[in-house]
Amino acid sequence: MTEKVLEIRDLRVTFDTPSGPLEAVRGIDLDVEAGELLGVVGESGSGKSVSFLATMGLLPARARVTGSVLLAGEQLIGASNKFMRSVRGRLISMIFQDPLSALNPVHRIGDQISEMLQSHQSLSSRDAAKRAIELLDIVGIPQPDDRARQYPHEFSGGMRQRVIIAIAIANNPKVLIADEPTTALDVTVQAQILEVIERVQDRFGTAVVLITHDLGVIARVADRVNVMYAGRNVEQGTINDLFDHPSHPYTRGLLASLPRPGKQRLKPITGFPPNMVNPPSGCAFHPRCEFAADICKFEMPSLVSYGDLQTACVRARELPKHERFV
Amino acid sequence: MLRYILRRLAWSVPTMLLVTFLVYIALRVGTDPVESYKRVNPRASRAKVQQYIDINGLDPNFVQGYFKWLKNFITGEWAPSIKGRREVWPALKDAMANTLRLGTAATVVGIFFGLVAGVLAALRPGGKRDVFINTSAFVGISIPPFISAILLQLLFAVYWQRWFGESLFPTSGVYPAGHTGFNLFLMIKFMALPTIIVAIQIIATYSRYMRSSLLDVMNSDYMRTARSKGISERRILIKHGMRNALIPVVTIAALDVGSIVGGLIITENIFAYPGMGLYFLKSFGEGDFPLLMPWMVVIVASILLFNLIADISYAWLDPRIRLE
Ligand SMILES: Nc1ncnc2c1ncn2[C@@H]1O[C@H](COP(=O)(O)OP(=O)(O)OP(=O)(O)O)[C@@H](O)[C@H]1O
Ligand code: SF4
Ligand SMILES: [Mg+2]
Repeated sequence: MTEKVLEIRDLRVTFDTPSGPLEAVRGIDLDVEAGELLGVVGESGSGKSVSFLATMGLLPARARVTGSVLLAGEQLIGASNKFMRSVRGRLISMIFQDPLSALNPVHRIGDQISEMLQSHQSLSSRDAAKRAIELLDIVGIPQPDDRARQYPHEFSGGMRQRVIIAIAIANNPKVLIADEPTTALDVTVQAQILEVIERVQDRFGTAVVLITHDLGVIARVADRVNVMYAGRNVEQGTINDLFDHPSHPYTRGLLASLPRPGKQRLKPITGFPPNMVNPPSGCAFHPRCEFAADICKFEMPSLVSYGDLQTACVRARELPKHERFV
Repeated sequence: MLRYILRRLAWSVPTMLLVTFLVYIALRVGTDPVESYKRVNPRASRAKVQQYIDINGLDPNFVQGYFKWLKNFITGEWAPSIKGRREVWPALKDAMANTLRLGTAATVVGIFFGLVAGVLAALRPGGKRDVFINTSAFVGISIPPFISAILLQLLFAVYWQRWFGESLFPTSGVYPAGHTGFNLFLMIKFMALPTIIVAIQIIATYSRYMRSSLLDVMNSDYMRTARSKGISERRILIKHGMRNALIPVVTIAALDVGSIVGGLIITENIFAYPGMGLYFLKSFGEGDFPLLMPWMVVIVASILLFNLIADISYAWLDPRIRLE
C-alpha cells in the first residue's frame, strides 16, 4: 500500500460573479500517492487550476471553498492563514503556466530562491545562497553561480521555468503541482522541462500533479490520470488502463481527438464547453455525448469502479466496448 | 553609469542653448524689453539706452543679440534690473533658496503621504478605506489651490485669531517684517500653509498613481509566485509589490516636475512667498528682461536635472533598464 500524501474529498469552489454564483469546482475526489506523477486533463474552464489553487489556499478571499483536503494528514480547507503560509512552499508547491511573468523582475534569481529557503528553514543568507546555487544546478542550469546573480530578463523562457522549478522544490515538498508548466514553451523546451520534472520526482520522491490540456504529455510522463469535465472528475485510472480502454465517453472523445502517426483524420469532440454559471443538469457532458440518454439529464454520476478505472457515467456498464484507435 | 551621466550632462548643453534661444525670442517678441526700459526710465539718454541694449544683447538682429546676451551671461556681466537697478543674482539666489525649501518640504510631505494613501487604498480595493481615499484625492485634485489657500487662511489666520486671540499660521512672507537672520521655528510657521497647499495637490495626484500601479502589480503572476512561497503578506507587499509599483510612479514623477512648479508659482503668489514664482510674476509683469532671462535659465536647467535624476532612479529601481 502506498501512502497518500494528498486526499481531496468533495471539493467545491464557488465564485460570485455579476451573472450569479459560478460553481467552478463541483465536488472533486482525488488522491495523490507519495512519489507518483498524476496527470490532470480537461478542457479549458473545467476547473483544473481552481481545484489546486484552492488546495494551496491561493484563491481570492471571495471564493467559497468547501470539502476536505488532507495534505500529509493535515486538513487544509478552513485552516488559518498562518498555517497555510507554513504549508505553502514547504509541504506543497505550485508552478504556473507562464514562466516569463512568474519571476519578480527586480530581484536576482539567487535571491528569489533563497527567499523560499529562508522562509521555511533557519538558514544563514550565505548558506541559503549556496543552496540556491545547488538547486540551479539540479534543475540543469549551467554556470549556476554566475546565473544566480542575474535577473530574470537575462534568462530564456525555458531557463526561467527551470528557475521556477528550483524555487518550488527548494524545501523538498511532498507535493509539486505543475499547472501547465510547458504550455508557453517551444516543443523542444517542453520536453526538457518535463525531463526536469521527472528527474525531481525520481531524485526526491516528490509527488507531482501535472495539469495539462495535452494528453500526449500525460502519456509520456504520468503514472495515473484524472480527467476533469465541468468542475467534476469524470474518470481516473492508470495511464495504461485509461489509454487502453477508456470508458467515459468524454475520455474516449479526448483520445479520439489525439493526433497519432498513421491516423488520417482527427475526431474533435463536437459542441462547446458548458457555461459554468448555468451548467447542464445531470451529467454535464450530456449535450455533447453521443451516448446520452434521458437518464443522463437527471442523474449526476459519481466515480464508480468500472473495470480497472473509476468512471462517472450512469451508462458506463451499457456502453459499447471501446474500439482501439490504431 | 558615470559615463551615462556625463553624456547626459554634455547633451544638456546644446539643449540649454536651443531652449534659451527660443525663450530669448519669446521674451523679445512678447515683452519688448527696450520699450519696457524706456517706460521705466523716460528721461534716459540715448547713450544710456544703447548701453542697456548692449549689455542685454537686445540688438535688432535676434541671432546676433542672443549670442551677445549669452557671452555676457556666461562671463557674469549681468545687467541690473530695469526697475530699481538692483543686482539680479542676489535676488535670484534668494528666490531659488526659498522655493527650494518650500518645494522640497511640500514634495517630501506630499510624496510620502501620497504613496502611503495609495498603498492603503490598493490593499483593499473597493473597501471603505479605498473609497474614502479615492474621494478625498478627487476633492483634493478638483479644488484649485487658490481656493484651498483662501479656506486655510480663513481658518488658521482669521478665525483662529478670532477664537484664540492670535493666528496659528501667518498668511504671507517667510519671516515677519523686519526680521533678520535664521529662525527655524518662525520659518516652519510661515511655510506651513503654503506647504500644505502644494502638498495636497501632490498627495492627491500620487495616491492615485500609486494605487493603480500597486493594483496592477498585485495582480501580476510574480505576486502569485510570492504568495505560493508562503511568505508573510507584509513581506510580499514590501519586497515584491512596492518596488515594482514604484517604477511607473517614478517615471510619472519625472514628467510631473512641471506641474509641481506650476503649483508653487500659484501658491507663492497667494502667500506672497518670495520664491521663484513670485519673482517671475513680478518681473514678467514689469517686462524686466534682465531679471527674466536668468530665471528662465534656472528653470530650464532644473527641468533637465530632474529628468536626469528620475532616469537614474528609474534605472536603479528596474534592473531591466540599462543606462547606456
Ligand atoms: N477568480 C475567479 N473569479 C471568477 N471565476 C473564476 C475565477 N477563477 C476561475 N474562474 C472560473 O472558474 C472556471 C474554472 O477555471 P479554471 O481556471 O480552473 O479552468 P482550467 O481548467 O484551469 O482551464 P485552463 O485550461 O484554461 O487553465 C472557469 O469558468 C473560470 O472562468
Ligand atoms: S452519463 Fe450519459 S451523458 Fe454523461 S457521459 Fe455517460 S452516457 Fe454520456
Ligand atoms: Mg488553468
